[in-house]
Amino acid sequence: MSVPLTLLGLLEREPSHGYDLKRDYDTFFGRSKPLPFGQVYATLARLSRDGKVLPGDTEPGDGPDRKRYSITPNGKQEFEAWLGEPIEPEPHLQTVLFAKVVLALMLGRSAQKYLDVQRAAHLQRMRQLTEKKRNDNLIDVLLADHGLFHLEADLRWIDMTAARLPLLAEVVAS
Amino acid sequence: MSLVTGPVDARRTNTLIEARDVEYNFGATPALRGANVSIRAGEILAVMGPSGSGKSTLLHCLAGILVPQHGEILLSGQRIDTYPENKRSELRRNAFGFVFQFGQLVPELTAEENVALPLLLDGLRRNEALGRAREWFQRLGIDGLEGRRSGELSGGQAQRVALARGLVAHPKVLFADEPTGSLDTLTGELVMELLVTAAREDGTTVVLVTHEPRVAAYADREVVVRDGHVSSLTDDPPDP
Repeated sequence: MSVPLTLLGLLEREPSHGYDLKRDYDTFFGRSKPLPFGQVYATLARLSRDGKVLPGDTEPGDGPDRKRYSITPNGKQEFEAWLGEPIEPEPHLQTVLFAKVVLALMLGRSAQKYLDVQRAAHLQRMRQLTEKKRNDNLIDVLLADHGLFHLEADLRWIDMTAARLPLLAEVVAS
Repeated sequence: MSLVTGPVDARRTNTLIEARDVEYNFGATPALRGANVSIRAGEILAVMGPSGSGKSTLLHCLAGILVPQHGEILLSGQRIDTYPENKRSELRRNAFGFVFQFGQLVPELTAEENVALPLLLDGLRRNEALGRAREWFQRLGIDGLEGRRSGELSGGQAQRVALARGLVAHPKVLFADEPTGSLDTLTGELVMELLVTAAREDGTTVVLVTHEPRVAAYADREVVVRDGHVSSLTDDPPDP
């Protein structure tokens, strides 16, 4: 799970304070592991140093959270590229793919398209493993089987999520 | 995005069978709503999609079992959806083979008579038809079962007999609708391995309807039917 890219996605929606980013991150992506404030500001500082976000002027008031950050064209470009690319098909990718689906819905993009791209990448990897099974010895066949069953489990999650997109869109919008 | 994975030979040959803007309704319920798919000669295409998405209806339209209410079905560039039933029936016997989820063998016939059935219906003499049928028992590893009836076969054996019946007349296209759906994982894998090997050896085009990703992974590429539309992320490159 990439914290910097997820924060970029949240910033593409609208310029935000670090506090807002933490709240939204924890709501959608950090349910079992909330993001520490320190990590939010350290990440924003790095993104700012790399020209991907722009801190606004310090706003009057109390507390440390007095800057509103916005995404730069460079940051947008990096986020777009990340969002559109399928993840390397391997087991336990749901967290990242989940983040992409939620961010796509949040930003009014086609979450279905991302799921389709990932589905195709998964099936391509499954074809490779299936072809490998046709030529390999039993040990390699068993290893390929292990990969195939895990990829299949991912695909079932992808299909289930695709079927639930309208409901998820309502949750994200609320 | 283009994820092309099929064999180069299959991608470079021409379209063999095609659905263009096909619509099919069961009464007031639409099953296909402008489905488009194009399948190259020698290609193995997996048709996937959730239950009720229209994937079996698409297969039945391509195979001339159902006639779409709108759109066209073309085989080698020629429309077949406008054929009268007797001509479509002849086409199904001569150019197409079928394998379904449950073997659907004729229970009164022996396994070899079941396999020989398409040849007998096509007018071949009984001895010759049975001789050609027997060759498939060896090829699919079911030799010794020729004289059994369907009730005396296991699910995997029956499905291999059904596969032999689907391929015995060397069809241009084999339509397989959930061919492993009633089998355990290992037996299903064996049936798919035999299906793919035989199809590749004979250059048979295969339209494989399945909801199982592991079965679809035997195909060169997949399309997904969703709400009566066909979507593909594995488009073929243009002809050279």
